[in-house]
Amino acid sequence: MGSTITEKILAKAAGVEKVSPGDNIWVDVDILLTHDVCGPGTIGVFKREFGDDAKVWDIEKLVIIPDHYIHTKDEKAHRNVDILRDFVKEQDLPYFYDPGTPSYKGVCHVALPEAGHVRPGEVIFGTDSHTCTHGALGAFSTGIGNTDAGFVLGTGKLLIKVPKTIRFVLDGELQPGVVAKDIILRIIGDIGVDGATYGALEFCGSAIDALDIEGRMTICNMAIEAGGKNGIIAADQKAIDYVKSRTDKPFTPLYSDDDATYEKTYRYDVSEFVPCIAEPHLPSNYAAAADRTEVKLDRAYIGSCTGGKTSDFIMAARILKGRKVTIDTFLVPATVEVAEALLNEQIEGVSLVQIFADAGCLDIAPPSCAACLGGPDDTFGRTHGNEVVISTTNRNFLGRMGSKTSKINLASPMTVAASAIAGHIADPRELM
Amino acid sequence: MVNKTIKGRVYVLADNIDTDQIIPAIYLNLVPTIPEEYAKLGSYAMAGLPEDLPPFIPEGEEKTPYAIVIGGNNFGCGSSREHAPICLGAAGVEAVVAPSYARIFFRNAVSTGEVFPVESKDRLCDKFKTGDIAEINFTANTITNQTSEESFELLSPGAVAPVIEAGGIFEYARKIGMIKQKD
Repeated sequence: MGSTITEKILAKAAGVEKVSPGDNIWVDVDILLTHDVCGPGTIGVFKREFGDDAKVWDIEKLVIIPDHYIHTKDEKAHRNVDILRDFVKEQDLPYFYDPGTPSYKGVCHVALPEAGHVRPGEVIFGTDSHTCTHGALGAFSTGIGNTDAGFVLGTGKLLIKVPKTIRFVLDGELQPGVVAKDIILRIIGDIGVDGATYGALEFCGSAIDALDIEGRMTICNMAIEAGGKNGIIAADQKAIDYVKSRTDKPFTPLYSDDDATYEKTYRYDVSEFVPCIAEPHLPSNYAAAADRTEVKLDRAYIGSCTGGKTSDFIMAARILKGRKVTIDTFLVPATVEVAEALLNEQIEGVSLVQIFADAGCLDIAPPSCAACLGGPDDTFGRTHGNEVVISTTNRNFLGRMGSKTSKINLASPMTVAASAIAGHIADPRELM
Repeated sequence: MVNKTIKGRVYVLADNIDTDQIIPAIYLNLVPTIPEEYAKLGSYAMAGLPEDLPPFIPEGEEKTPYAIVIGGNNFGCGSSREHAPICLGAAGVEAVVAPSYARIFFRNAVSTGEVFPVESKDRLCDKFKTGDIAEINFTANTITNQTSEESFELLSPGAVAPVIEAGGIFEYARKIGMIKQKD
């Protein structure tokens, strides 16, 4: 019997011939990612357990990307970034993207691949549940807590359970106006927020092959919203070219065998998919956007690791060009590279920044996680009342964007843009 | 841990209790390894629950009167924030009992040893009311509602039992010789 990509990567990292779902194995870690919210606690665990003089197992493999609470007056948030700075200095760490300096990047899950730290066939752990994003480039990548991350800092290893793999075969061609976010919201709607608990979600098929790298990232990013341990897509030439354009480090992609065993296989013809939303308060509350046009909105939000990449803003700009928004529309590029792309990318000779300004969007915020997870009181875009929001982010849990009485609808950048124009939930196909 | 019993009042919740409800992100500026911030996290445990539920932490107090949380399916879904099991432990919760868990919450509960994530055979949130007294017996693998005098089956922890018994990932790794004993 063959193995899936996830099983092959884990077997290689464990130094064994083959692993099976349910095996508990110690794996060698290729990259550990942390940020300002979980980094200080991780460092605290590392020092408590390994001693004040302990050294990080491999400084080339630790990447620290502050991104959560950056543009705030909150004193503890600043204290936390200072804890990271002290640790970087003490350990002489080469990969730290410091806020307020030219090295600052922004949202860690967009910055990590940008900076070439994601490579096919490798094992990545991060102190953030959306670390599953990086499976889009054929890596095994998953979220862990501070204690496990502190353990990795000292040893370079972690004890993990090999997940069963659930396969999603997506064929057919998406209609114009239907994009990666619609694919993953539809899947989560079908299988539920615990439909893939403890599982590896492997996405394949001609519709996945046709997606660009950022679209694949959107899909793997939300594997956690179905309870998954990791999302993964085999690295094709497009993925290999992307990685090679970002790093010179060698890597070995791994691929599922034809006779690999899957816990379950779902097959879809994506030509039947439509622009959709997830209604409050679960990502699995699927509805077609066209069926919810009676839902009036107060606010639109485009940002985060899920929906704040360059391609997300291009999609939104295509809808917004030459039109006006009727509700407050918040734009938060994930990273500095994305923010620069908003200046440089053009549609019919007009920059994205100009298109958004002409449409009446609020001034573009500096890159960070911002209101995706609420955050400190003064966070850009944070809800404080009964706002009804449509957002390109990943979670619509009660209170997720700040206020417990606000309501969050998740959608693609196109659906968010169309809804921002209409002032109610709207299907973007009507504007194409 | 596996040989003892846990007895106390229960706080009952439904399915899909996410980490934003367990500890809202506004409190993630607190660092759990700083002792006074650990205690503070405890005082904010379950601060994200809907307002119509009974308070988990009585006003003006730092600890909860509920030693056991009874949840529905997919308890702890969402974020990898370790602040979630930690705030429960810091508030004085000893165990969560639920038919299923989101994997990172379960893992963080086991790795930190902060709170015991117990799996029940059936969904029990309709069999208990907030304020009932319950006893978990880890020898018999049961939870008894002492208010209604009904008993329910718990699942044994399986492969993670050695890590739970050791008290977390570090203690387990020391026990098997993977890392050095603390000086």
